Amino acid sequence: MKTKLLYAGIAVVAALAAAPAGAVKIGVLTDMSSAYADVSGKGSVEAARMAIEDFGGTVLGRKIELVSADHQNKADLGASIARKWYDSEGVDMITDLTNSAVLLAVQDITRERKKINLASASGTTAVTNKNCSPYGVHWTFDSYAMAVSPARALVSEGGKTWFFITADYVFGQNLEEIATKVVTAAGGKAMGRARHPLNTTDFSSYLLQAQSSGAQVIGVANTGADFSNLVKQAQEFGILKKQKIAALFVFITDIHALGLKNAAGLQLTTAFYWDRDAETRAWSSRFFKTMNAMPTQIHAGTYSAVMHYLNAIKAVGSADSDKVMAKMRETKINDVMWKNGYIRQDGRMVHDMFLAQVKTPQESKYAWDYYKILRTIPGEQAFMPLAESECPLVKK
Amino acid sequence: MSETFGFPAQMLFGQLLLGLINGSFYALLSLGLAVIFGMLNVINFAHGALYMAGAFTAWLLLQFLGVSYWVSLVLSPLIVGLFGVVIEKTMLARLYKLDHIYGLLLTFGIALMIEAVFRHYYGVSGKIYPPPPALQGGMELGFMFLPTYRAWVILVSLIVCIAIWYIVERTRLGAYLRAGTENPVLVQTFGINVPRLVTLTYGLGVALAAFAGVLAAPVYQVNPLMGSNIIVVIFAVVVIGGLGSIMGTIVTGLGIGIIEGLTKVIYPEASHVVIFVIMAVVLLLRPAGLFGRTK
Repeated sequence: MKTKLLYAGIAVVAALAAAPAGAVKIGVLTDMSSAYADVSGKGSVEAARMAIEDFGGTVLGRKIELVSADHQNKADLGASIARKWYDSEGVDMITDLTNSAVLLAVQDITRERKKINLASASGTTAVTNKNCSPYGVHWTFDSYAMAVSPARALVSEGGKTWFFITADYVFGQNLEEIATKVVTAAGGKAMGRARHPLNTTDFSSYLLQAQSSGAQVIGVANTGADFSNLVKQAQEFGILKKQKIAALFVFITDIHALGLKNAAGLQLTTAFYWDRDAETRAWSSRFFKTMNAMPTQIHAGTYSAVMHYLNAIKAVGSADSDKVMAKMRETKINDVMWKNGYIRQDGRMVHDMFLAQVKTPQESKYAWDYYKILRTIPGEQAFMPLAESECPLVKK
Repeated sequence: MSETFGFPAQMLFGQLLLGLINGSFYALLSLGLAVIFGMLNVINFAHGALYMAGAFTAWLLLQFLGVSYWVSLVLSPLIVGLFGVVIEKTMLARLYKLDHIYGLLLTFGIALMIEAVFRHYYGVSGKIYPPPPALQGGMELGFMFLPTYRAWVILVSLIVCIAIWYIVERTRLGAYLRAGTENPVLVQTFGINVPRLVTLTYGLGVALAAFAGVLAAPVYQVNPLMGSNIIVVIFAVVVIGGLGSIMGTIVTGLGIGIIEGLTKVIYPEASHVVIFVIMAVVLLLRPAGLFGRTK
C-alpha cells in the first residue's frame, strides 16, 4: 500500500514538473498620478498591452500577463513594488520606469536578482554609465540624446549665455550637467541656475531670477507638467520677448498642454513622432482610439521594448534572463518605431533620433499636427559615444 | 543695478511683488478655511479640491458654454458653493456632535474623490485658461514686468478679504454667525435658524475657495493637482494666523507670501520649508497662533 502511494506521489510530482510553467509576466512601473502621468502613465500600459496583443497573447505555450503600478514619483515606493513583483509575484521583466530616481533604484534591484528591466522612459545617463547593469537596457532616449541637439543649435544661433531652471532631483541635475557641458564645449557660458521641486506650479520667482541674470537663453532642465507650466508663465511675464527657451527634454503631450501659440518655434529632439510616416501613423491611430491622445516617445518605446523582449523569448525557447538578454543583444530592433536599432554593451539601445521644430498655429493643419521633422540624427551621433561611457561592463 | 543687502534691487522688489501675489491667493484660500473652522469647528480638508473644482468649473464653462471669465467669477463659486451646501446637508451635518477628527476624515475623503474624478477625465498636464482680453498684457515697472492680470489678483483678493472680514465682524449677520457657533441652543431660542446659517456658512467658505480657483485659473494651469499642491500651505497659514481669527488669517496669508518671496531671493531651496519653520516657531511661542483667541 505504501509503495503504491509512493509511486502515485512520484507520478504526480513528475506530471507537475512536466506541465508548462506559469505565465510570462511583464510589469509596467510608471507615474500615473503626477507630473509625468501624461507622458507615460496609462499610455505605457496600453502600449505594452498592444504589443502583447500584436504578439499573440502567448509565448512558448505560456500566457503573457501584464501588471502595472503607480510609483507616484517616489523612489522608495518604486523600489518596493519592483521587489515585490520580482520576489513574490513572479514578474519576469519590468518596463517604462519613468522618473530617473525610480529607475536607478530598480536597476540596482534587477542587477541583484538577475531579472530584466527595459527602461523605455527616464533620462538619466547614469544607467548606461556608473550604474549600468547586464540586465538593464535604456531603450527610448536619454538626457544626452535629448539635450545635445537643441543646446548646440541655440548656441550656434547666438545664445551664448545660459541660465538653467532645473527640477531638483537626479533627472534635472543630470540634464543640467549634460547641457552645461555641451554649451561650454560649443563656446557658451552657464551664468547661473535656479532649482525647483518636482511638481511646481508657480515658476514666477525662478523666471524672475532668470530674467535678472540677463542670460540670452533659459535652459529648461525639467519636463512634463513642470515644463508646460514654466513656458506658459514665461510667456505671461514677457520673458520670451528678450530671452529664448531651450526645450531640452520635451514630449508631444507638453506641447499639447501648452498650445502652439506658446510653443511655436521651439527646437527639440524626439525619438518618435506619430506623424512621421504611414507606419507610425497607423500604429498611433490605434493608440489614439483607446487613449484619446497621440502616443509620446515613451509609449512608442514601451511597445518596442515589449515586442523585442517577447520575440527574444520565442527565439531562445525560454524566459531565462541571461539567454534572453544575449538574444536581445544579438538581434536588431526593426519595428514601427525604429529600423536597425541595437543594444550596446553598456545597455544603451542605439537608434535614430529626430530633430524637430514646433509648428506655428498657421502651419498646423489638423489635431496634434505639431512637429516639423527637420532631420534624422543617426544613432551613432545621437547618443554618447561608447568610448566615453563609464560603464564597467564595457571592455576597453 | 543698485544693490540692497547684496541683492540687486530689481530682484528683491520683483520677488516681493510676486510674494504679494502668492500671498493674496493664500489669504483668500485660508479665509474660506478660517471661516469654516471658526464658525463650524470643521477642519475642511476638501478646501484644496474645491478650489481646483472652482477652476475647472470656470474652464468647463468656457469650453462648452463659452461663458466669459467675468461671468465665471460669479457663476463658478455659485455652482461649487451649491455643491458644498449639498455635502454639508447630507453628510457633514451629522458629524458636528462628534470629534473634530470625523469631519477631517470625511472632508479628506471627499477631497480624494473630487481629485480622482477630475484626474480620470483630464489627466495631469493641465488645461489652458486664457486671461480675459481686458486683463491681458502688462506694465513695465522697471524692476520687473508685471502682468496686468496679476495686479488684478492682488486687488480683488484684498477687496474680497476685507469685505468678508467686514461682514463677519461688523454686521448683524456676522454676529448671528458668531453667536450661533458659540451657543447654538441659546441663539436658536431667539428664533434664528441656526442649522440654515451653518449650511450657508459652509457654502460661503466653499464659494470662496471656488472664487480663488477662478482667479487662479489664468495664472496656474488648471489641473487636478492644483488643490493638493496648495492645501498644506493653506493649513499652515491658518494655524499660524490663529484658528478663528479672520483678520489674522488675511494678514498671515499676505505675510507668508512675502516671506516666501524673500526666501526665494536669499536661499531658494528653503522657500517651501520656511512656512513650516515659521509655523513650528509660532506654535511653540504662541500656541493659539499669532492672532488667535484662546477660548
